[in-house]
Amino acid sequence: MTGEQITFLVVALATLGSALMVVTTRNLIHAALWLIATLFSVAVIFALLSASFLAVVQVVVYIGAIAILFIFAVMLTRKDMRDQTPQLNKNWWVGALLAVLTFGGLYALLQGWSGLSRTVADIPSGFDAVAELGTELTSFTGYVLPFEVASVLLVAALVGAVYVAFNPRSGDIRK
Amino acid sequence: MIPLSWYLILSAALFSVGLFGVLSRRNAVAILLGIELMLNSVNINLVAFWRYGNVMHMAGQVFAIIVFAVAAAEVSVGLALVISVYRRRNTVIADEIDLMKW
Repeated sequence: MTGEQITFLVVALATLGSALMVVTTRNLIHAALWLIATLFSVAVIFALLSASFLAVVQVVVYIGAIAILFIFAVMLTRKDMRDQTPQLNKNWWVGALLAVLTFGGLYALLQGWSGLSRTVADIPSGFDAVAELGTELTSFTGYVLPFEVASVLLVAALVGAVYVAFNPRSGDIRK
Repeated sequence: MIPLSWYLILSAALFSVGLFGVLSRRNAVAILLGIELMLNSVNINLVAFWRYGNVMHMAGQVFAIIVFAVAAAEVSVGLALVISVYRRRNTVIADEIDLMKW
């Protein structure tokens, strides 16, 4: 057991434990807070994989924007945070069974794959992953087209979200 | 040294937990929380394969960034729909939003 492995196991346990709390907590505000814990653990996993840029983006975009958006949405739809009613639907055991089957299937699939025990190679000295990522995202021989498509998708989705959530009775943006 | 399988098993477990959340929660916001867990598990997979493959090829990280953008788009539209439904039907319980059910 090296220190790296112990770190991984601790972070993996934190990830799965807080993820289980996200799907089982009755209070949705608490579920959103547990989601923040999960997202932070995933950021640590990214750091362990030496994907520094993605670890920072995970904290800034996921925790800073998406999780906060969730908390706002929970607060705006507060009436259904009734703690006395069940939070799981009556077919929850089918969902649990399907989840276990999915995990079992993926696990069995992984066992039959030869690349599973692949070990990590050192990052070559002088290789800057962040600079390389930036170059790839903006070069025409790289991934500029998927990058631009993603940004157009984001703009379209945000415009659509504003339109859908807009309350026609409280203003006259649409006139 | 961490074997690749640890990351893949963690990712599969996180995906299954998210799947359980999506299939079992009654509240529409909680269903979206489950989808977030599933998208995160996919990102762990992508970054793990980038690190354990050829690090010179950035495709794994690029795809993870696109998943970030798609997740942000999905959450904004999803929560806008939930808020809109809440305003009109006064509920966010997925079972009670049955206007288009035969």
